[in-house]
Order: sequence, then structure tokens, then C-alpha cells
Amino acid sequence: MDLALVVGLHLLHAIASLALISVGLAVIFGMLRVINFAHGEFLMVGGYAFVLSAGAGVNLWLAMLVIAPAVVGMLGYLVERLVIRQLRGDVIATILATWGLSLFLVGLAATVLGYHQQGVAPPFGTIQIGSYTIGIYTFFVIGVTILVILALFAWLRWSRAGLLVRGTMQDGELAAGLGADTVRIRSATFVLGSALSGLAGAVLAPLAGVLPEIGATYVVKAFITVISGGATALTGTTLAAALFGLTSQAAAFVSRPVVGEVALLVVAIALLRVLPTGITGRYFRKAL
Amino acid sequence: MRPGFRRTGLPGLPAQPQRSILLTWYHATRAAYRTGGVARPGALPPHIKSCPAISTGDFVTLLTRRTFLEGLAATAALPALGTGPAHASEPIPVGAIYDLSGPLQGFGQNQWRCARLALDQINESGGLLGRPLDVKLYDSQSDMQFYNQFANQLALRDRVAVVQGGLTSSSREVIRPILRRLETLYVYNTNYEGGVCDGNFFATGATPGIYVDLLLRAAAERWGKRVYVLAADYNYGQISARWIRRGALALGGEVVGEEFFPLEVNQFGATISRIQAVEPDVVLNVFVGPAHEAFYGQWASAGMNQRIPMMSTTFGGTSEIVRMPPEVVNGIMVIGSYYESLDYPFNQTWLAEFRRRNGTDYGYLTDVPIKDWYGWMLWAEGVRQAGTTDREAVVAALETGISVDGPGGPLTIDARTHHCFMNTHLAEARDGEFRILERYQNVPPTNPADQCDLQARPDTNTMYTPDI
Repeated sequence: MDLALVVGLHLLHAIASLALISVGLAVIFGMLRVINFAHGEFLMVGGYAFVLSAGAGVNLWLAMLVIAPAVVGMLGYLVERLVIRQLRGDVIATILATWGLSLFLVGLAATVLGYHQQGVAPPFGTIQIGSYTIGIYTFFVIGVTILVILALFAWLRWSRAGLLVRGTMQDGELAAGLGADTVRIRSATFVLGSALSGLAGAVLAPLAGVLPEIGATYVVKAFITVISGGATALTGTTLAAALFGLTSQAAAFVSRPVVGEVALLVVAIALLRVLPTGITGRYFRKAL
Repeated sequence: MRPGFRRTGLPGLPAQPQRSILLTWYHATRAAYRTGGVARPGALPPHIKSCPAISTGDFVTLLTRRTFLEGLAATAALPALGTGPAHASEPIPVGAIYDLSGPLQGFGQNQWRCARLALDQINESGGLLGRPLDVKLYDSQSDMQFYNQFANQLALRDRVAVVQGGLTSSSREVIRPILRRLETLYVYNTNYEGGVCDGNFFATGATPGIYVDLLLRAAAERWGKRVYVLAADYNYGQISARWIRRGALALGGEVVGEEFFPLEVNQFGATISRIQAVEPDVVLNVFVGPAHEAFYGQWASAGMNQRIPMMSTTFGGTSEIVRMPPEVVNGIMVIGSYYESLDYPFNQTWLAEFRRRNGTDYGYLTDVPIKDWYGWMLWAEGVRQAGTTDREAVVAALETGISVDGPGGPLTIDARTHHCFMNTHLAEARDGEFRILERYQNVPPTNPADQCDLQARPDTNTMYTPDI
């Protein structure tokens, strides 16, 4: 019984982590169709923003929930303005540019911030479940993920800004014809995606640590998740994260961690073979 | 005959992997940049006067030269590729390959800092045999392909007297056969899984057999003999885990759990629950790389760092001790030949000198980078005693059991295995520093079942693994 509960919590945590690292990309790639190879580095920058400001004495929660998203949001604004907007429509150029950006950010972090920034220990204590202990921070990660996804969903579904964003994504020219400033909307959406990546990087930093090349750990899984999610980015990403997190962590439980990694890839390949347009290419097409 | 252009039927040559045009272009341009421009006729080995493909443009030239060099490498019909006749004050070319950029730069940069300190100290005290050392430094960019290319370049174009460097076992196994074939001495300065037995090769790093035995013994004295092993899933971790199993059995203990993690795994929830279920006396990890560092945060978050003691043979190699919060890593027990906190007088002066030259923003030194200082000093001592940079004479001199003193105590060559005796220290992470708990003097290198004996069988070229 204790074991089942603990396993269940770990499964939820695996799903939440996957959804959290993917949600920024779901906005940037899933909605804007911008292939951002620097996504992992956005998470890394978020992690550094959190660790450095917390190290400078800023309140932990302020650093994590406000400063990190704000810093990466600003980075996203610059990137959108200077790179993405100039290359709009040219997929190959965008891939190369964001890949270059990824290398640049890793190099910049390595030379400017260095390898020796002190990290932040996971806050909160632990709780006892039978003979098992589990960190309360695990619940925090799950909670933040649920909140982020619900808030994003509500914003897209019910707010006027969300409507404008959805309209622009669906048909940019028509939206522009109706008076929407699509350039600004795209820019703002990119900033939103960046800020969510920054938040994810900060929330995961106490568990995963921050290093210049930590982004490589995230970027592949994030892309697999968003691509498998399919056309409706938010729902798709959430479902794909649930599926992959569940299978990989369950496989890691019953077998070994390497099998968990393999299971994630096998499920992704099988899924895309059966549903080439992703989960929401066939199901939940009306969702967001 | 132009032997270099025969590309087929070359014995023992690793095949060029098939790659996309984009990737080839990318590597070619990066390589051209790294080697200080594209190939020109003058960049070829001096006894080759021209290369017919030169006019076809830079890109073709470079690829041709690489193919050419590999071809050259494989034709054994070449004259000796040593350092050539020595002139009184002509610099001695020596080669270094380090991972100065890319994912392994956290290791490589400090390795190079230590190596550069040794090279500078040698040159500032008048060089070797009255000649300065001229170091040819290459940045592998953490890429095995470049190790292959640069090892060939160092031996054939730069004609260096010795090559030092490399971090991962894979990089070592890329360049070791190349340098053996091209008769260029290779010194490898990283802790590794042990067992390489090659007359052209010296290792200054520690090997896990001894480390593991000492750690397990310390654990048995303090906590118990039921060990849970967590290791990186490649040869270093796998072979280390075999040593751990062997060591635990020898002590009358047991390995109650064993898990291997691919280098990109950073979710450890399942593992931590399993460890909680098994309740081992101690957890021993052989983690490698940035993703695995996530373990410590998750371990501490679950409160496990207060419950089950943790030991590691790898913790500390990339300055984790200054990077990770004390409340997460305090108490982790490690073993190594060097920590900055060692109280040897040599260490105090050495560290002051290192900091004078490199500043203080380098992290924390442990035995991985420090051995690159030793490696160069050992080789230099070999050259001094041999009176020449000639490879065979230097090997013979090194095999007399040369010893150099250094920041971690004396390091002495074992002629039978070409590995080293070294002082080894048991230490514990405590508030951003390693507190030394015990010292073991002149610990011998691991030699599984005494298989390696380069004195009796100098032509050996193999790698022994523990048979468990």
C-alpha cells in the first residue's frame, strides 16, 4: 500500500516534470510553429536566473516564480525581435539560427557564469509514507505544473487576449485583416513561451542542478513530447507528457532506468507511426 | 608512389563514419578554424612536397588532407616518426589534447590549467635538456572524431615527443592505438576503469580496484557491508561495478542492489524508492556527467542524505563541492589522491602558485585535473634521466620507477603496469570543502590477477578487465 502510493507519486512527478519542461515549447513550437532548438538553454537561463538571484539574497519564491520567468521572458523578447521575426517562414534558417543561439548561450554561460555557481537545496522537508520518505518539493513540482497548465488553458480559452492569440495562430492573415496586430501577438506569445521555460528551469533547478550544458538533457524530451502531442499544443503536450512520463517511469520501476529511457522512445515511435499527426491529430481536435 | 593516397585495404584503420553533408561541412569548417586556417601545402608533413588536390578549394583540401593523413598513418613503410635530431636550443614539440569546449569542458579546462602550470614551470626553470618545450595544444571540443584527427596531426605533422590528455575512456581508446602505431608516447592522466597494458602508454590516474576496496573497508568499519551500487551505464561504470562486487564479496559483504544509468537520465524517483525498500547500509555511486548530478538534489529532497550514508568514486571531479549546496552534499564520502585541503607543505605552495596564475574562479581541484600536472612532470623527469626525448629511452627511464613529488604527495611509476603508486585519501564533503579522514601511503595500482607485466612481456597491448 505504501509502495503503491509512493510509486504513484513518483509517476505523477515524472509526468509533471515532463509537462513542465515541455510547456514553454508547446507555446513556442506547438502554437507559433517556431522550431526553437535553444529551448533547453532557455530552461538553463531560467535556472541560472533563479540560482544567482537566490544566491544574492533575494527571496527564494520571488527568485523562482517571478525573476526567472521575467529574465527568460526578456531574453525571449530579444530573440524574437532580433532572430525569429527576421526569419519567419524560413524553417531551415530558423533551425540553424536557434541551434547557433543554443551553442552561443551554452558558451556564454560557461564563460560568464562559469561552472561554479552554488546551487539551491530543495526547500521544504520530507513526509513519511509508511517506511518511505518523499520530499515535499515533489508535491510542489506537481502543483506548479497543474497550476501552469490550468492557467494557460483558462487564459487561452476565456480571455480576449487568448482569443486573439488563438485566432492569429489559426489564420494570421485573416486575423490581421480583422485588425489584430499579429506581429505583436506573435512576439508576446513567444515571450510567454520563454517565460514558461524560465519558470520550468527555475522550478527544476533545486532537483536537477544548473550547469551550462544542462539544456541538452531537456531539449530532446521536450521536442518528442510536443511533437507527439500534435496540432492542439496544450492538450496534446499534456497528454503526451502523461503517456511518456507514465511509461518511462513505470518501466524504470519494474525494470531498470535504461529500460525507462528506451520505453519512452519506443512509445514515441509507435505513437507517431500510428498517429503521424500526434495525439491531437486524431483525438481531442476541438481542444486547445 | 604516393602511399598516402591509398585509401582502401589499410589494416587496422577505423573506418570513417558515414555522415550527412551538413555535419561533414560543420566539422570541416570547425576543424579548419581550430587548426588555425585551412590546409596549405606547407601544413603537410615536411617530407611531402605537394598535394594534388590543393587547388580544388579549401573544403576539399581539408578533407583530402585528413584522408591523406589517415592513409599515411596506416602505411607502416614510413621512417621512424620520432622527434628528429635534437639541436641545442631548438624547442621540443609536445602535444596536448584536452576537452576545452563542449560538454566535458568542466573537466578539460582545469586539466589544461594544471598541465599548463607544469609546462610553464618546466620552461621557466630552463626547459628540458636546455631546450624549451613547445606545446601544441588542441581542443577536442569533447568530440571523439577530433581526438582521432588531432592524434594523427600531433604524431605526423607536429612530430611531438609525447602526447598527453584525454578524459573519457572512449577518447583514450581512440588515440591510444593511433599513437602506439605512430610510435609516439602517450600519457593519460585521468582516473579510469584500469587494466590497460600497453608499453607505449603510461597512466597517472587512479584505478577503481584500490579505490573501491578502500571505500568498502571504510564503509564496513563505519556502517556495514550491504552495499547498493549506482553507476553510469558505460564501460567506466560497468567495470567499476564489477570491482565493487568483487570487493564486497572479498570483505564478506554483499551488493544488495545495482543500477546503471544512461548518461542523460536525471529522474531518480524510482531508484530512491527502491533504495528505501532495500535499506542498504551504504550507497556507493559511480555517477558521471551533469544529468546524474540531479541525483543529489532528489536524494536530499527525500531526506535520504540523513538516513543512508553515501559514497562516491567520482564526486568532486567537476567542482560539485563548491557548486552544490552544503545541506545537499555534506557527508558524502569520497576517495582520491588529491584534495585542496591536504596539509602537505608542497600542496600549500603549489596551490598558491596555481591560484596566482589562474585566479580563484576555477572551482575546486581534485585528482582528475591535478594528474595532468603530474603527468607532465613525470615525463619531464624521464627525459632528464634519459638525456634525450627519444621514445624508447624515455620509456626505459620511466620504467626505472621514477617518482615525482607533488601537491598530493609522491607519485611513483610501476614498471610492470605503467601505472602509478600514489597516496590516497579518504575524505568527506563538509561545508564546501573535503575534510580528510584517512591517508593511505603509496597505494599500488590495480592489476587484475597480476595479468599485466610489461617487464616480462614488453610488447603487450591489451586491456584487462576483472573476471567476475
